[in-house]
Amino acid sequence: MYRGREGMWAWIFHRVSGIGVLLFLFIHIVDTALIGWGPGVYNAVTSIYHEWTIFRFLQFTLIAAVLYHSFNGLRVIVIDFWPKGYKYQRQLFYGAMALTVLALIPTGYFLLGPVFGIETRQG
Amino acid sequence: MQVQCKIRRYNPTQDKKPYFSVYEVRMEPTDRVLDLLNEIKWKLDGTLTYRRSCAHGVCGSDAMRINGRNRLACKVLVRDIGQKMTIEPMMGFAVLRDLVVDMEPFFEKYKAVKPYLVNDDPAPVTERLQTPEERAAYDDTTKCILCAACTTACPPFWSNPDFVGPAALVNAHRFIFDSRDKAGAERADVISGREGVWRCRTVFNCTDACPRGIQVTNVMEEVKRKLLYDRA
Repeated sequence: MYRGREGMWAWIFHRVSGIGVLLFLFIHIVDTALIGWGPGVYNAVTSIYHEWTIFRFLQFTLIAAVLYHSFNGLRVIVIDFWPKGYKYQRQLFYGAMALTVLALIPTGYFLLGPVFGIETRQG
Repeated sequence: MQVQCKIRRYNPTQDKKPYFSVYEVRMEPTDRVLDLLNEIKWKLDGTLTYRRSCAHGVCGSDAMRINGRNRLACKVLVRDIGQKMTIEPMMGFAVLRDLVVDMEPFFEKYKAVKPYLVNDDPAPVTERLQTPEERAAYDDTTKCILCAACTTACPPFWSNPDFVGPAALVNAHRFIFDSRDKAGAERADVISGREGVWRCRTVFNCTDACPRGIQVTNVMEEVKRKLLYDRA
Protein backbone atom coordinates (compact mmCIF):
# COMPACT_ATOMS: atom_id res chain seq x y z
CA MET A 1 0.00 0.00 0.00
CA TYR A 2 1.05 3.57 -0.66
CA ARG A 3 0.41 6.24 1.96
CA GLY A 4 -0.79 9.11 -0.21
CA ARG A 5 -1.91 12.47 1.13
CA GLU A 6 -4.90 14.70 0.34
CA GLY A 7 -4.41 14.53 -3.41
CA MET A 8 -4.59 10.75 -3.42
CA TRP A 9 -7.67 10.67 -1.18
CA ALA A 10 -9.32 13.28 -3.41
CA TRP A 11 -8.64 11.01 -6.39
CA ILE A 12 -9.84 7.81 -4.64
CA PHE A 13 -13.09 9.46 -3.50
CA HIS A 14 -13.54 10.90 -6.98
CA ARG A 15 -13.21 7.45 -8.57
CA VAL A 16 -15.45 5.71 -6.04
CA SER A 17 -18.15 8.40 -6.17
CA GLY A 18 -18.01 8.41 -9.97
CA ILE A 19 -18.50 4.65 -10.19
CA GLY A 20 -21.23 4.82 -7.53
CA VAL A 21 -23.16 7.45 -9.48
CA LEU A 22 -22.76 5.40 -12.68
CA LEU A 23 -24.18 2.31 -10.97
CA PHE A 24 -27.15 4.34 -9.77
CA LEU A 25 -27.68 5.49 -13.34
CA PHE A 26 -28.22 1.84 -14.38
CA ILE A 27 -30.81 1.37 -11.62
CA HIS A 28 -32.40 4.65 -12.63
CA ILE A 29 -32.72 3.57 -16.28
CA VAL A 30 -34.50 0.41 -15.11
CA ASP A 31 -36.91 2.21 -12.73
CA THR A 32 -37.72 4.88 -15.31
CA ALA A 33 -38.34 2.24 -17.96
CA LEU A 34 -40.98 0.68 -15.69
CA ILE A 35 -43.40 3.43 -16.75
CA GLY A 36 -43.81 1.34 -19.91
CA TRP A 37 -45.83 -1.11 -17.81
CA GLY A 38 -48.10 1.66 -16.56
CA PRO A 39 -48.27 3.99 -13.53
CA GLY A 40 -49.25 1.18 -11.16
CA VAL A 41 -46.01 -0.74 -11.63
CA TYR A 42 -43.91 2.43 -11.71
CA ASN A 43 -45.39 3.86 -8.52
CA ALA A 44 -45.19 0.57 -6.68
CA VAL A 45 -41.48 0.19 -7.42
CA THR A 46 -40.39 3.82 -6.97
CA SER A 47 -42.23 4.14 -3.66
CA ILE A 48 -39.51 1.84 -2.30
CA TYR A 49 -37.14 4.82 -2.49
CA HIS A 50 -39.21 6.66 0.12
CA GLU A 51 -40.61 3.87 2.21
CA TRP A 52 -37.67 1.58 2.73
CA THR A 53 -35.28 3.05 5.29
CA ILE A 54 -32.24 1.48 3.62
CA PHE A 55 -33.15 3.27 0.38
CA ARG A 56 -33.25 6.60 2.17
CA PHE A 57 -29.69 5.99 3.32
CA LEU A 58 -28.70 4.90 -0.18
CA GLN A 59 -30.22 8.08 -1.62
CA PHE A 60 -28.29 10.09 0.93
CA THR A 61 -25.09 8.31 -0.16
CA LEU A 62 -25.95 8.97 -3.79
CA ILE A 63 -26.40 12.69 -3.20
CA ALA A 64 -23.17 12.76 -1.17
CA ALA A 65 -21.38 11.08 -4.10
CA VAL A 66 -22.84 13.49 -6.67
CA LEU A 67 -21.95 16.51 -4.51
CA TYR A 68 -18.38 15.39 -3.80
CA HIS A 69 -17.81 14.44 -7.43
CA SER A 70 -19.04 17.87 -8.57
CA PHE A 71 -17.05 19.91 -6.07
CA ASN A 72 -13.87 17.90 -6.58
CA GLY A 73 -14.43 18.13 -10.33
CA LEU A 74 -14.36 21.92 -9.96
CA ARG A 75 -11.18 21.52 -7.90
CA VAL A 76 -9.54 19.57 -10.73
CA ILE A 77 -10.64 22.20 -13.28
CA VAL A 78 -9.10 24.93 -11.10
CA ILE A 79 -5.83 22.96 -10.87
CA ASP A 80 -5.89 22.35 -14.63
CA PHE A 81 -6.53 25.91 -15.78
CA TRP A 82 -5.26 28.25 -13.06
CA PRO A 83 -1.44 28.20 -13.22
CA LYS A 84 -1.17 28.72 -9.45
CA GLY A 85 -3.93 26.23 -8.66
CA TYR A 86 -1.54 23.38 -7.83
CA LYS A 87 -0.25 25.33 -4.81
CA TYR A 88 -3.68 25.25 -3.24
CA GLN A 89 -4.73 21.70 -4.14
CA ARG A 90 -4.81 20.67 -0.47
CA GLN A 91 -6.94 23.64 0.58
CA LEU A 92 -9.19 23.09 -2.44
CA PHE A 93 -9.69 19.47 -1.35
CA TYR A 94 -10.74 20.54 2.14
CA GLY A 95 -12.95 23.18 0.54
CA ALA A 96 -14.65 20.57 -1.64
CA MET A 97 -15.14 18.37 1.43
CA ALA A 98 -16.58 21.26 3.46
CA LEU A 99 -19.01 22.23 0.69
CA THR A 100 -20.10 18.60 0.37
CA VAL A 101 -20.79 18.32 4.09
CA LEU A 102 -22.58 21.70 4.16
CA ALA A 103 -24.84 20.76 1.28
CA LEU A 104 -25.58 17.43 2.96
CA ILE A 105 -27.05 19.07 6.05
CA PRO A 106 -30.41 20.01 4.44
CA THR A 107 -30.30 16.77 2.44
CA GLY A 108 -29.91 14.79 5.63
CA TYR A 109 -32.66 16.78 7.33
CA PHE A 110 -35.28 16.08 4.68
CA LEU A 111 -34.16 12.60 3.64
CA LEU A 112 -33.15 11.04 6.95
CA GLY A 113 -35.19 13.22 9.32
CA PRO A 114 -38.28 10.99 9.09
CA VAL A 115 -36.12 7.93 9.80
CA PHE A 116 -35.13 9.45 13.12
CA GLY A 117 -38.66 10.66 13.89
CA ILE A 118 -38.15 14.30 12.89
CA GLU A 119 -41.25 15.83 11.31
CA THR A 120 -40.39 17.47 7.99
CA ARG A 121 -42.76 18.95 5.44
CA GLN A 122 -41.51 16.52 2.80
CA GLY A 123 -41.49 13.68 5.34
CA MET B 1 17.66 5.09 19.43
CA GLN B 2 16.32 1.58 19.07
CA VAL B 3 14.63 0.99 15.72
CA GLN B 4 12.52 -1.93 14.63
CA CYS B 5 12.88 -2.18 10.89
CA LYS B 6 10.64 -4.37 8.75
CA ILE B 7 11.98 -4.95 5.26
CA ARG B 8 10.15 -6.57 2.38
CA ARG B 9 12.36 -9.34 1.02
CA TYR B 10 12.14 -11.29 -2.20
CA ASN B 11 14.61 -13.40 -4.08
CA PRO B 12 12.84 -14.66 -7.21
CA THR B 13 15.22 -17.61 -7.60
CA GLN B 14 14.41 -18.96 -4.11
CA ASP B 15 11.20 -17.47 -2.74
CA LYS B 16 7.71 -18.26 -3.94
CA LYS B 17 6.46 -14.91 -2.70
CA PRO B 18 7.77 -11.83 -0.89
CA TYR B 19 8.04 -11.87 2.92
CA PHE B 20 9.09 -9.46 5.64
CA SER B 21 12.30 -9.66 7.68
CA VAL B 22 12.37 -7.76 10.96
CA TYR B 23 15.62 -6.30 12.31
CA GLU B 24 16.31 -4.55 15.60
CA VAL B 25 19.06 -1.96 15.28
CA ARG B 26 20.52 0.81 17.42
CA MET B 27 20.95 4.02 15.44
CA GLU B 28 21.70 7.65 16.12
CA PRO B 29 18.60 9.80 15.53
CA THR B 30 20.63 11.80 13.00
CA ASP B 31 21.62 8.70 11.00
CA ARG B 32 19.98 8.33 7.65
CA VAL B 33 17.83 5.40 6.64
CA LEU B 34 20.64 4.40 4.29
CA ASP B 35 22.98 4.12 7.30
CA LEU B 36 20.44 1.84 8.90
CA LEU B 37 20.32 -0.38 5.80
CA ASN B 38 24.12 -0.47 5.75
CA GLU B 39 24.14 -1.39 9.45
CA ILE B 40 21.85 -4.32 8.71
CA LYS B 41 23.71 -5.46 5.62
CA TRP B 42 27.19 -5.10 7.07
CA LYS B 43 26.55 -6.48 10.53
CA LEU B 44 23.33 -8.48 10.67
CA ASP B 45 22.32 -9.91 7.31
CA GLY B 46 24.59 -9.73 4.28
CA THR B 47 21.90 -11.09 1.98
CA LEU B 48 19.85 -7.86 2.17
CA THR B 49 19.98 -6.27 -1.27
CA TYR B 50 19.44 -2.62 -2.20
CA ARG B 51 20.93 -0.04 -4.55
CA ARG B 52 22.98 2.90 -3.43
CA SER B 53 25.80 4.80 -5.00
CA CYS B 54 26.62 8.38 -4.09
CA ALA B 55 24.72 8.30 -0.78
CA HIS B 56 24.17 12.05 -0.96
CA GLY B 57 20.87 12.48 -2.76
CA VAL B 58 22.33 13.11 -6.19
CA CYS B 59 22.61 9.79 -8.03
CA GLY B 60 19.02 8.70 -7.45
CA SER B 61 19.83 5.03 -6.77
CA ASP B 62 18.21 4.43 -3.41
CA ALA B 63 14.59 5.47 -3.89
CA MET B 64 12.34 3.11 -1.94
CA ARG B 65 9.07 3.04 -0.06
CA ILE B 66 9.75 4.07 3.54
CA ASN B 67 6.67 3.80 5.76
CA GLY B 68 4.49 3.79 2.66
CA ARG B 69 6.00 6.79 0.90
CA ASN B 70 8.68 6.98 -1.77
CA ARG B 71 11.82 8.55 -0.36
CA LEU B 72 15.58 8.47 -0.96
CA ALA B 73 17.06 6.38 1.87
CA CYS B 74 20.10 8.69 1.87
CA LYS B 75 18.01 11.84 2.40
CA VAL B 76 15.72 10.73 5.23
CA LEU B 77 16.85 10.78 8.84
CA VAL B 78 15.95 7.91 11.15
CA ARG B 79 14.43 10.34 13.68
CA ASP B 80 12.00 11.64 11.05
CA ILE B 81 10.66 8.12 10.45
CA GLY B 82 10.52 6.95 14.05
CA GLN B 83 11.21 3.74 15.90
CA LYS B 84 9.00 1.58 13.70
CA MET B 85 10.00 1.49 10.11
CA THR B 86 8.75 -0.47 7.12
CA ILE B 87 10.84 -0.43 3.99
CA GLU B 88 9.55 -1.80 0.70
CA PRO B 89 10.63 -1.59 -2.93
CA MET B 90 9.04 0.99 -5.22
CA MET B 91 5.71 -0.05 -6.75
CA GLY B 92 5.00 -0.72 -10.40
CA PHE B 93 8.28 -2.34 -11.44
CA ALA B 94 9.34 -5.97 -11.27
CA VAL B 95 11.35 -6.71 -8.12
CA LEU B 96 14.74 -8.18 -9.04
CA ARG B 97 15.67 -8.79 -5.44
CA ASP B 98 14.61 -7.26 -2.11
CA LEU B 99 14.61 -3.48 -2.66
CA VAL B 100 16.07 -3.61 -6.15
CA VAL B 101 13.57 -3.13 -8.99
CA ASP B 102 13.98 -3.44 -12.75
CA MET B 103 14.46 0.14 -13.94
CA GLU B 104 14.83 -0.72 -17.64
CA PRO B 105 11.20 0.13 -18.58
CA PHE B 106 11.69 3.45 -16.75
CA PHE B 107 14.73 4.38 -18.82
CA GLU B 108 13.00 3.23 -22.03
CA LYS B 109 10.32 5.86 -21.43
CA TYR B 110 12.91 8.44 -20.49
CA LYS B 111 14.64 7.86 -23.84
CA ALA B 112 11.33 7.97 -25.70
CA VAL B 113 10.79 11.68 -24.89
CA LYS B 114 14.16 12.65 -26.45
CA PRO B 115 15.61 14.16 -23.28
CA TYR B 116 18.23 16.23 -25.05
CA LEU B 117 18.43 19.50 -26.93
CA VAL B 118 17.45 19.20 -30.60
CA ASN B 119 18.38 22.14 -32.79
CA ASP B 120 19.75 21.62 -36.28
CA ASP B 121 20.20 25.34 -37.05
CA PRO B 122 23.81 26.27 -37.83
CA ALA B 123 25.55 26.92 -34.53
CA PRO B 124 26.07 30.63 -33.86
CA VAL B 125 29.55 32.02 -33.29
CA THR B 126 28.81 32.51 -29.58
CA GLU B 127 26.26 30.78 -27.32
CA ARG B 128 22.56 30.41 -28.13
CA LEU B 129 21.40 33.20 -25.86
CA GLN B 130 18.42 33.02 -23.53
CA THR B 131 16.80 35.68 -21.38
CA PRO B 132 16.56 35.00 -17.63
CA GLU B 133 12.78 34.58 -18.14
CA GLU B 134 13.30 31.97 -20.85
CA ARG B 135 15.72 30.12 -18.59
CA ALA B 136 13.33 30.29 -15.64
CA ALA B 137 10.56 28.57 -17.62
CA TYR B 138 12.20 25.15 -17.21
CA ASP B 139 14.34 25.73 -14.13
CA ASP B 140 12.34 23.34 -11.93
CA THR B 141 12.72 20.41 -14.33
CA THR B 142 16.51 20.67 -14.60
CA LYS B 143 16.70 19.20 -11.09
CA CYS B 144 15.55 15.64 -11.90
CA ILE B 145 17.92 12.82 -10.86
CA LEU B 146 15.88 9.97 -12.42
CA CYS B 147 15.32 8.14 -9.13
CA ALA B 148 11.80 7.05 -10.24
CA ALA B 149 10.23 8.06 -6.90
CA CYS B 150 7.55 10.08 -8.74
CA THR B 151 6.69 7.52 -11.42
CA THR B 152 6.38 4.68 -8.90
CA ALA B 153 4.16 6.81 -6.62
CA CYS B 154 1.68 7.38 -9.44
CA PRO B 155 -1.62 5.41 -9.31
CA PRO B 156 -2.28 5.75 -13.08
CA PHE B 157 1.18 4.25 -13.62
CA TRP B 158 0.54 1.33 -11.23
CA SER B 159 -2.56 0.35 -13.14
CA ASN B 160 -1.07 1.01 -16.57
CA PRO B 161 2.66 0.35 -16.93
CA ASP B 162 2.53 1.74 -20.48
CA PHE B 163 1.88 5.26 -19.15
CA VAL B 164 5.00 7.27 -19.92
CA GLY B 165 4.97 8.49 -16.30
CA PRO B 166 5.83 11.69 -14.43
CA ALA B 167 9.64 11.35 -14.60
CA ALA B 168 9.74 11.11 -18.39
CA LEU B 169 7.32 14.04 -18.62
CA VAL B 170 9.47 16.13 -16.29
CA ASN B 171 12.39 15.52 -18.63
CA ALA B 172 10.26 16.27 -21.67
CA HIS B 173 9.18 19.54 -20.00
CA ARG B 174 12.87 20.41 -19.54
CA PHE B 175 13.24 20.65 -23.34
CA ILE B 176 9.70 21.55 -24.44
CA PHE B 177 9.98 24.79 -22.47
CA ASP B 178 13.56 25.47 -23.61
CA SER B 179 13.44 28.32 -26.14
CA ARG B 180 16.45 26.84 -28.00
CA ASP B 181 14.89 23.44 -28.60
CA LYS B 182 13.20 22.60 -31.91
CA ALA B 183 11.91 19.06 -31.35
CA GLY B 184 8.46 19.97 -30.01
CA ALA B 185 6.62 18.14 -32.78
CA GLU B 186 8.81 15.02 -32.49
CA ARG B 187 8.06 14.70 -28.77
CA ALA B 188 4.36 15.44 -29.19
CA ASP B 189 3.56 11.86 -30.30
CA VAL B 190 4.82 10.36 -27.06
CA ILE B 191 3.59 13.16 -24.82
CA SER B 192 0.10 13.80 -26.14
CA GLY B 193 -0.54 10.24 -27.31
CA ARG B 194 -2.62 7.53 -25.69
CA GLU B 195 -0.06 6.82 -22.97
CA GLY B 196 1.05 10.40 -22.61
CA VAL B 197 0.45 13.26 -20.20
CA TRP B 198 -3.36 12.97 -20.32
CA ARG B 199 -3.15 9.85 -18.16
CA CYS B 200 -2.23 12.17 -15.27
CA ARG B 201 -5.08 12.39 -12.74
CA THR B 202 -3.53 15.12 -10.57
CA VAL B 203 -3.06 12.77 -7.61
CA PHE B 204 -0.03 14.79 -6.38
CA ASN B 205 1.77 11.68 -5.05
CA CYS B 206 4.60 12.48 -7.47
CA THR B 207 5.06 15.99 -6.10
CA ASP B 208 5.14 14.65 -2.56
CA ALA B 209 7.63 11.92 -3.48
CA CYS B 210 10.16 14.03 -5.41
CA PRO B 211 13.35 14.25 -3.32
CA ARG B 212 14.44 17.26 -5.36
CA GLY B 213 11.33 19.26 -4.61
CA ILE B 214 10.24 19.43 -8.23
CA GLN B 215 6.56 20.42 -8.48
CA VAL B 216 5.95 17.38 -10.66
CA THR B 217 2.16 17.65 -10.91
CA ASN B 218 2.45 21.30 -11.86
CA VAL B 219 5.02 20.39 -14.51
CA MET B 220 2.52 18.01 -16.09
CA GLU B 221 -0.22 20.62 -15.85
CA GLU B 222 2.05 23.06 -17.72
CA VAL B 223 2.63 20.46 -20.43
CA LYS B 224 -1.13 19.80 -20.67
CA ARG B 225 -1.92 23.51 -20.97
CA LYS B 226 0.78 23.99 -23.60
CA LEU B 227 -0.59 21.10 -25.69
CA LEU B 228 -4.10 22.51 -25.36
CA TYR B 229 -3.27 26.17 -26.05
CA ASP B 230 -0.90 25.35 -28.93
CA ARG B 231 -3.70 23.45 -30.61
CA ALA B 232 -6.16 26.30 -30.16
